[in-house]
Amino acid sequence: MTAKSKIRIATTSLAGCFGCHMSFLDMDERLVALLEQVELNRSPFTDIKQCGPCDIGLIEGGVCNAENVHVLRDFRAHCTILIAVGACAINGGVPAMRNYFDLQDCLQEVYLNGTGVTNPQIPSDIELPLLLDKVYPVSEVVPIDYFLPGCPPSADEFLQILEPLLTGHKPELPKSHVHYD
Amino acid sequence: MSFVDSICHFNFNPAILISMMNQRPLHHSDSPREHLLHRLYTLQQEFLHISPQAMQQVAAEYQLSLGQVVSVVEFYSFFYTQPCGRFHILFSNCTSCGYLSDEQDLLHLLCQLLQVTSGKTRHDGCVSVHETSCIGLCDHGASLLVNGLPITRLTEEKITQIAQLVASETPLLQWPAEWFEVHNTAHQRSLLLTEYFLPGSAMQKALIHGKDETLAEILRSDLRGRGGAGFGTGKKWQLCQQAPGHAHYVVCNADEGEPGTFKDRMLLCDHADALFEGMTLCAFIIGAEQGFVYLRGEYRYLLTHLHTVLNRRRQQRLLGQHILGQPAFHFDIEIVIGAGAYICGEESALVESLEGKPGIPRIRPPFPVTHGYQNQPTVVNNVETLIAAAHIIVQGSAWFKAVGTEESSGTKILSVSGDCQLPGIYEYPFGVRVQQVLDDCHAHNVQAVQIGGPAGKMIGAADFNRAIGFEDLSTGGSFLIYGQHRDLLAVHRNFAHFFAHESCGFCTPCRVGTQLLKNNLDKIAQGRGTAQDITEIKQLSHLIRHHSHCGLGYTAANHVLDGLQTFPQALEAPLQQHFSAQFDLDQSLESARQITHRDDASAHLD
Amino acid sequence: MAMQAKPNTISIDGQEIAFTAGQTIMDAALAAKIYIPHLCHYPGLRPSGNCRLCVVEISNRSTAACITPAVTGQEIRNNTPELNAIRKTITQMLFVEGNHICPSCEKTGNCKLQAMGYYLGMLDDHFPQFYQRREMDASHAGILLDRSRCILCDLCVRASREVDEKNVFAIAGRGTDAHLIVNSSTGKLGDSTIAVTDLAANICPVGAILIKEQGYQVPIGQRIYDLHTIRETALQENVTKEHHEK
Repeated sequence: MTAKSKIRIATTSLAGCFGCHMSFLDMDERLVALLEQVELNRSPFTDIKQCGPCDIGLIEGGVCNAENVHVLRDFRAHCTILIAVGACAINGGVPAMRNYFDLQDCLQEVYLNGTGVTNPQIPSDIELPLLLDKVYPVSEVVPIDYFLPGCPPSADEFLQILEPLLTGHKPELPKSHVHYD
Repeated sequence: MSFVDSICHFNFNPAILISMMNQRPLHHSDSPREHLLHRLYTLQQEFLHISPQAMQQVAAEYQLSLGQVVSVVEFYSFFYTQPCGRFHILFSNCTSCGYLSDEQDLLHLLCQLLQVTSGKTRHDGCVSVHETSCIGLCDHGASLLVNGLPITRLTEEKITQIAQLVASETPLLQWPAEWFEVHNTAHQRSLLLTEYFLPGSAMQKALIHGKDETLAEILRSDLRGRGGAGFGTGKKWQLCQQAPGHAHYVVCNADEGEPGTFKDRMLLCDHADALFEGMTLCAFIIGAEQGFVYLRGEYRYLLTHLHTVLNRRRQQRLLGQHILGQPAFHFDIEIVIGAGAYICGEESALVESLEGKPGIPRIRPPFPVTHGYQNQPTVVNNVETLIAAAHIIVQGSAWFKAVGTEESSGTKILSVSGDCQLPGIYEYPFGVRVQQVLDDCHAHNVQAVQIGGPAGKMIGAADFNRAIGFEDLSTGGSFLIYGQHRDLLAVHRNFAHFFAHESCGFCTPCRVGTQLLKNNLDKIAQGRGTAQDITEIKQLSHLIRHHSHCGLGYTAANHVLDGLQTFPQALEAPLQQHFSAQFDLDQSLESARQITHRDDASAHLD
Repeated sequence: MAMQAKPNTISIDGQEIAFTAGQTIMDAALAAKIYIPHLCHYPGLRPSGNCRLCVVEISNRSTAACITPAVTGQEIRNNTPELNAIRKTITQMLFVEGNHICPSCEKTGNCKLQAMGYYLGMLDDHFPQFYQRREMDASHAGILLDRSRCILCDLCVRASREVDEKNVFAIAGRGTDAHLIVNSSTGKLGDSTIAVTDLAANICPVGAILIKEQGYQVPIGQRIYDLHTIRETALQENVTKEHHEK
């Protein structure tokens, strides 16, 4: 790859907390070097809303609603390599704790019966994406090429997986770096 | 072509049957209480479920921990912790006697007619409809058990009538008596099914010749276990005889649970004397005073008959104290009835169940032959094996060895069912070709034969020239025929669901692996599979086969591995080019649609 | 091979080790400081053989090392890429069967299932989740039972019976319905005789049985498997030791 054609990366957070994105930024000054090789496409960092053709897509968060499905499919369609980043993308993570309850019970608790609820009603608007019955790992909705576990993965780990990819190599996370929390 | 067609019509008078269903198994062992499974069965019958209070009561009676009683109740399919209906209907889900066997869903039909959900009891407590693993009526078409009694040859019309009888709460006694008839049809007879067995004849010979010579005769016959594994019967008896212990036991494995097998049903009906005599012979050789028949719960309706034969044999001094006047030979047989668990056909799981525990296979070695029932030396033999042993002693090992093959002496009784005109029992000398069986049972346009049931081997036409025998196609007797019109993917799914349901849950590869396999096959059937799923199925199957704890796991994936080799199209035809989600995305929005009353385009996913 | 082997000696991945009569392959391996991955085994408790992490190969046949007697001349394959791949898959099976949300679990960093995943280089769960709903029991003042995380290893069952002599736990149900039950009149832990000092309350390899109010005494990042591999810790374990320490 020539210096001119930068690697294009898109990122998104589905049912996540943006913690993985924050951790990505923890690269600090190393971001400068990275950005010499990398161009960010659709991402909360750029505020670009439409995903263009990309080399790498980083997905944070699990799949909890219809919009997540559309975004994830859009990423899959536009990104050559798709990486599930963090515990939520990989197995649903903390948002998946709602899977212990029926959706109806969750919504009733939050919008009807919960403490401090005023004007109780379950939101229903065509603008609002419908919730799936459960929160799913991204790999159950689209094929995923690599997994970067952690809650969040550290900045070092982001580099561990990105650097080989930038030079066209298969990344391998050293065992000493693997953690699920 | 020549075959003997005879119908052994057992008396299935419903009045007798119904009184029998409430009868407790007779009790002949020296243990002070009735068997735990029998006690729980009585409670289940009386209260239609086993309540927490009942479990506490049983725990106190048996001086067991409550946890142990709960473990047993929750392990066996025929015990329920929630009340069943007064009419409790169990449809077989096997591919031969199952509710889908005639391309119509008879279970669904009955549920619709009775306004009941499968697996749940109707509000008024009148009826519950469940499905259950094969009930051994495969030669009778779609069948069910209502309060334990078999109704066979189900049709849409009969289901409609059943619905009316249930709706009006008509007592079973007033249901048409012919519905409850079970015919045992032997279309082909060889050594065991032609020879009349005179009660006591084998024991008399054994007493004349003595233990050593009797055992030698069994050893010379090269009789091997008829359950399918083929361990030498004489060798097993010899090992047990030599094993030290306070007591020795002989156990008949009549837990014939492999879908598609029903030969034991006939053998227990028509050849109980030879069976009990085979057990008595074994007891004589190994030095046992107590024997057990572990009878599958699905065959509970055979109990009255078996007790009648046992009682007569006691009167004939063929059982009990001083058998045939021998001062030191005491032996009796108790029947223990299972409660719906295929795994209890595995001999160490069976022994656990016999001890009143969940049927979880033991760590082996040691094997039951040295450490079996109550940790004492125990012979566990198949019904057919014990019957063969009795005949061998009467007729001599030469008579037995004269038929069969070098490695498989004698005959094999096959339970033939599925897509053929003459389902039923077929006894052949070992070495018989599959094609011969297919010709004899008038099976045409056969696509596949499942030899030995779901745990056995699936073969196609190219292998119909192969022989039944330990050296080639080893089988416990199940012979399931699938015609060209059959969707083999549906067959694989049926088998995969069976194993996932019957896995005891002890070891990870089998407990989780059988579920994953089931889910993978379902996914392909739902049109969401890709080539990747085939790779997954293969890897998973190898893992389950090689790394599980017991025979259930070793064999649970056989069918799909065979299928992929012989009928790859069945699994590959429905595959998609492109990945689709592991679950039905649109369906996953259904509850949200209902809660929000939305049905607009964005409330759906494709 | 077996003919030439030294008596009471087996070889594991080519390394010859001695065993004493009655030892399993696992016993002999641990005594020789050879690690065979395991979750349901704990030296000092009767082996069970349920998790199957300790599968090894003898003459191309798979067997669970923790329940297989050592026999002179056995040539055992253990630390091979093929077997470790199988073990990784089995670990993934355990992950998807339960609900293992590590970031929300107090046991994180001290969890052996997690540590096994780390040891075997497991980056994802591979299989679709089972999404099981399992009952939580917070009835005991000092101990929490969260069945979502239970891997049915049976260690608490055995510890309670064999060491605590209380018989607090059992496993009931069949197939994936198998679940841990509590041996008390209500089925609740609060009505059982278990105490926070019992081995059964402390031996859980995952976060299914937790001692309350201890969850965050050691910060995440400084916990056992943040600092050590499961291989290192497994070679130190012994019930007698744990029991005396408590």
